[in-house]
Amino acid sequence: MAKKEILICAGTGCLSAGAEEVEEEFKRQLKREDLDKDYEIKEVINKTGCVGPCSLGPIVIIKPDNTFYGNLKVSDVEKIVMQHLENGEVVEELLTREHDESIEDFKSLRFMKNQRRIALRNTGIIDPNKIEEYIDRSGYQALKQVLNEKKPIEVIEEIKNSGLRGRGGAGFPTGLKWELTHKADGDQKYVVCNADEGDPGAFMDRSILEGDPHSVIEAMIIAGYAIGADQGFVYVRAEYPLAVKNLKTAIKQAEEKGYLGENLFDSEFDFNLEVRVGAGAFVCGEETALIASIEGKRGQPSTKPPYPANSGLWGKPTVINNVETFANIVPIVLNGSEWFNDIGTENSKGTKVFAVAGDVKDTGLVEVPMGTTLREIIFDIAGGIPGGKEFKAAQIGGPSGGTIPKEYLDLEIDYESLKEIGAIVGSGGLIVMDEENSMVDVARFFLDFTQDESCGKCTPCRVGTKRMLDILERILDDNGQKGDIEKLKHLGKVIKETSLCGLGQTAPNPVLSTIKFFEDEYEELITAAEEGN
Amino acid sequence: MANIKLEELDPIIEKHKEKKGNLIPVLNDIQKKIGYLPLEVQKHVSKKLEIPMSEIYGVISFYSIFNTEPKGEHTIGICMGTACYVKGAEDIMEKLENELEIEVGETSDDDKFTMTVTRCLGTCSMAPVIMIDDKVYGEVTPEKVPEILENY
Repeated sequence: MAKKEILICAGTGCLSAGAEEVEEEFKRQLKREDLDKDYEIKEVINKTGCVGPCSLGPIVIIKPDNTFYGNLKVSDVEKIVMQHLENGEVVEELLTREHDESIEDFKSLRFMKNQRRIALRNTGIIDPNKIEEYIDRSGYQALKQVLNEKKPIEVIEEIKNSGLRGRGGAGFPTGLKWELTHKADGDQKYVVCNADEGDPGAFMDRSILEGDPHSVIEAMIIAGYAIGADQGFVYVRAEYPLAVKNLKTAIKQAEEKGYLGENLFDSEFDFNLEVRVGAGAFVCGEETALIASIEGKRGQPSTKPPYPANSGLWGKPTVINNVETFANIVPIVLNGSEWFNDIGTENSKGTKVFAVAGDVKDTGLVEVPMGTTLREIIFDIAGGIPGGKEFKAAQIGGPSGGTIPKEYLDLEIDYESLKEIGAIVGSGGLIVMDEENSMVDVARFFLDFTQDESCGKCTPCRVGTKRMLDILERILDDNGQKGDIEKLKHLGKVIKETSLCGLGQTAPNPVLSTIKFFEDEYEELITAAEEGN
Repeated sequence: MANIKLEELDPIIEKHKEKKGNLIPVLNDIQKKIGYLPLEVQKHVSKKLEIPMSEIYGVISFYSIFNTEPKGEHTIGICMGTACYVKGAEDIMEKLENELEIEVGETSDDDKFTMTVTRCLGTCSMAPVIMIDDKVYGEVTPEKVPEILENY
């Protein structure tokens, strides 16, 4: 009989909830019961949200029937071993309950059943430290196909036709980026993966790197073939030690299998990959700053053009894509661009992963087709607001993004629709806020962040964000003055229009969008201060 | 600085020497080994990699992870990401400040803990979180703080 599997989520999220202790207890109990010949303990390293609702961590799934046990305590383990593993009876009282029903199969959890997982297809399912498990799920098939059957330009056409756009924030068409780099003159070209996921509240990239590193590696090799690069770099932020570790292990295994190195799949194509760890600077998520950082310099952005496609790393043509963007490449190659093109809205194809956190019942990673509404994500999937409180707003896209109030709960989310209301998809961080949150304080939080992370190179961002922060702080300290709102709007406009890079150009967004939708909160504080004085 | 033998850092420098853009990996690895980057070490790296001191200081002062003062045995990072902030990270910070009798950025008198504020650790579902060295603690409350510190 094939060994049954016990999947234990060991992502940073579940680990912080005590997954290690639960795993130890399983090992101890199995040994004691002499069951370890029938079961193997299998760690699925994913980050918060990979298996699904990370707020239910530590999470254990018993295969093959997919029985899901969440919020496990060490003391629950013995019962699972004795009752479920030995006697085949599900431990009813440890199942998660929804609407008075116990949910047994994890795929029918509210959090999971409405998702469509493409970028997250393997996270939570495979062991990221075993390349064989990735290979078993069609891993490296796309690479083989591309190297043996397709010309670089055909690969680029496929990606272009799919309509895939950059998942890191701006939504630039990926295929076009590849084409521009392919056409650029240069004896040496590079592929870079931007894994400097700095937006507070976004954790999908960490999750993918921790849980499915090969999907990114394979995609980077394909990108290298398409543009004519033989060297790639993954730039990971230092705050993600587990992602760095799993990625390095995966690269080593791919090298051993001959998927990285020389003459891949008996072709003439060579490709090598190196991990570079960041050193704690939010601005390095901006592509020109990231390039400077890999070069060993201060991570300060430079003016565009020239774009990295023409002059990137060490002045050579360079493709830079985000982790989630790369995670979509292999499925597109395997299933064809038409398949991908059928998902999503007119101008935003495919799915988007949102990191849902804050005042919602279940938090974690939610991957849904573009065009899904906020209501579906927050209420149908994440279970709505706990404690009987009212939904007030969602902050999307981190410090570059904006606030969405409840009148837009039914807006179909894609790149264009969010832009129209002053927010952005951005990295996909989605912080839900209930009625008790002060929007002025939220705006201050983000501005404090961007002001601190401003690299200081250009004046509008360096000085402008500081002035805006001063005003916000005085409003919150009950010293607001008449005309402050106008000043914030004016400063915001100037900073957006005159800053050098994306950090400054988007820094005023959280302030401007909270003023747009919650101006009364600002006014109340200012009026109270004026009256008090 | 007294116990640092500069030649012990040479294997790290050698390992990265041939790589392009090796300054940040070298500094990262040295700091991992000895905890901080004092002036003597910076000068040594400058000589070995043939990179001017101005550039090295420029890099060290730019990135928040590098520090030029020694740290305590363990580093506590209080996550100040959005979710943690919304869920009360400031209360955790206050509790830690009271427990350890230091402020953010300082090291306790017994050199055991250095307290810092970190950017989002991406463990938002478990907010608020703190990280001690490489271990993340989730759903921290002020009451749980003394218990967590006892592990060290």
